[in-house]
Amino acid sequence: MKQIVVISGKGGTGKTIFTASLASLAENKVMVDCDVDAANLHLLLSPRVVETHEFRSGATAWINPDTCIACGECAEMCRFEAIRGADDHYVVDPLACEGCGLCARICPVEVVEMRENLCGQWYLSDTAYGPFVHAKLGIARENSGKLVACIRQKAKELAETRRLDYVIIDGPPGIGCPVLASLTDTDLAVIVTEPTLSGIHDARRVMELARHFRIPAGIVINKWDINPERSREIEAFCALEGVSLLGRIPFSKRVAESLIRAVPYVETAGDDVAAAIRAAWDKIDSKPAGEARRPS
Amino acid sequence: MVIAVASGKGGTGKTTVAVNLARVLGDVQFLDCDVEEPNAHLFLKPDLAERIPARVMVPEIIEEKCTYCGKCAEVCAFNAIAVIPPRGGLKGGVLVFPNLCHSCGGCFLLCPEGAIREVPREIGVVETGRAGAIRFAHGRLHVGEAMSPPLIRQVKKHVDRTRTTLVDAPPGTSCPVINSLEGSDYCLLVTEPTPFGLNDLVLAVEVLRVMGIPHGLVINRCDIGDDGVESYAKASGIPVLMRIPFDREIAERYSRGLIAVDGSGEYAEKFRALYEAIRNRYEADRGHQRQRRHG
Repeated sequence: MKQIVVISGKGGTGKTIFTASLASLAENKVMVDCDVDAANLHLLLSPRVVETHEFRSGATAWINPDTCIACGECAEMCRFEAIRGADDHYVVDPLACEGCGLCARICPVEVVEMRENLCGQWYLSDTAYGPFVHAKLGIARENSGKLVACIRQKAKELAETRRLDYVIIDGPPGIGCPVLASLTDTDLAVIVTEPTLSGIHDARRVMELARHFRIPAGIVINKWDINPERSREIEAFCALEGVSLLGRIPFSKRVAESLIRAVPYVETAGDDVAAAIRAAWDKIDSKPAGEARRPS
Repeated sequence: MVIAVASGKGGTGKTTVAVNLARVLGDVQFLDCDVEEPNAHLFLKPDLAERIPARVMVPEIIEEKCTYCGKCAEVCAFNAIAVIPPRGGLKGGVLVFPNLCHSCGGCFLLCPEGAIREVPREIGVVETGRAGAIRFAHGRLHVGEAMSPPLIRQVKKHVDRTRTTLVDAPPGTSCPVINSLEGSDYCLLVTEPTPFGLNDLVLAVEVLRVMGIPHGLVINRCDIGDDGVESYAKASGIPVLMRIPFDREIAERYSRGLIAVDGSGEYAEKFRALYEAIRNRYEADRGHQRQRRHG
């Protein structure tokens, strides 16, 4: 079983549209949406939710206003400036609280409670393309990295019990905590980029990240014909970096328009865009298992 | 006034809107808070004359004083410390995982032996400089680091209340976004009229409501997609302050790191009008608040 993650660094380069097409093209797999704070893959896979689970993680401080003696010690010690004085008691700003619990430990009258956070929900669903694990982070909640780790674990277990060939992961943008959680322990990182200055800048940073974790990487250049010269630049430095070129997808207005039909792009069209996505998947699928781990 | 530019979904044109606004306004403070993938400098091309290391404080164990009592590991809510007690003739040990540490200071303050000191650890850099009249600052998180909020907070220290500050926020709806938006007077949400754009817009609006920040929309590539975003805006009473049609020439200019208003007087007018619309909304909103307070 191989785990493949689709990432990009920069947002909006076409990760999810590409990943949804893999759901249609790959056989014997489980799909996972790890962009838990702005999930979109469900919009193209039309999941029927089979199981819903609560995701609890971390805690938020709460000060009992009736028993607080307003000594202010907690506010002074809090490194996150999450506690402010009100009239005759102190109040925690739940958005600023990181849940370290220091205030609860030092309060001389023990009136701070640490309340467990309900951070979101995760789902196991059925789709026309097989099982799908996805999640929804609660509004303004944290611990997205832990939620990612949680759904990846579920997907992996599912792949093992059902003897699936692939876990295909739609990753979040950026290079921070949820991206690290999406990337770790995968067999291949597919980096979807676009030939713009910012696309290249950000792709270089995720490539560096993949190398840091010793994950082999391949690149898909989306909308390559917006700037063919830049696309060639990307290909050149990928060759230099040992990142394989998996495909070049041309720009088409039809791609954005196809989102309304709520199915993977390759299911709706047989044009050059769909052909390029198919070709990229064939390359990913034909990668021998031995190539999975690059020697360190 | 602090104006944040955010989106929920990535790649909708946040940075484009933010840099164009900065360019037409001129004398502004510009803060790129997308520290995982900062891009605004590619367009504004500031000199980045100053480079300040961004550090967080993490624990270091003073072995001679440590009795391996385990208090530090017990108080750490983030599993960043593990204590191995001495066993048989073997000496104990303390393992610190600095990348899990949130720098709350709990272990350091509560260690009964005074056996922990705090040492700085660099997680990224804040770079500042000028691009003409624009005062610029951004953060760059080191590749491999997990936590961007401490770095974002260090970029936000450059908010200058004496002039207009523009904050370019990261995509998403979780901690990095909240840390970027905190303290903003108004938030522009840049979206695109697709089901993806709408889905993430709804999430971003919920975040802004929780935070109590007034907001308006910029619909980018407004002629590609459906009318879901427009209907949602109308139904929720969120003003649409600007609509930008898809323009292949602008997309190509963007790919080369060029700013739309630099090549077009028409765009410059539009972005000036956008700023005026934000100002009016903001003033009207403050007026309402004053009325409510006194009425």
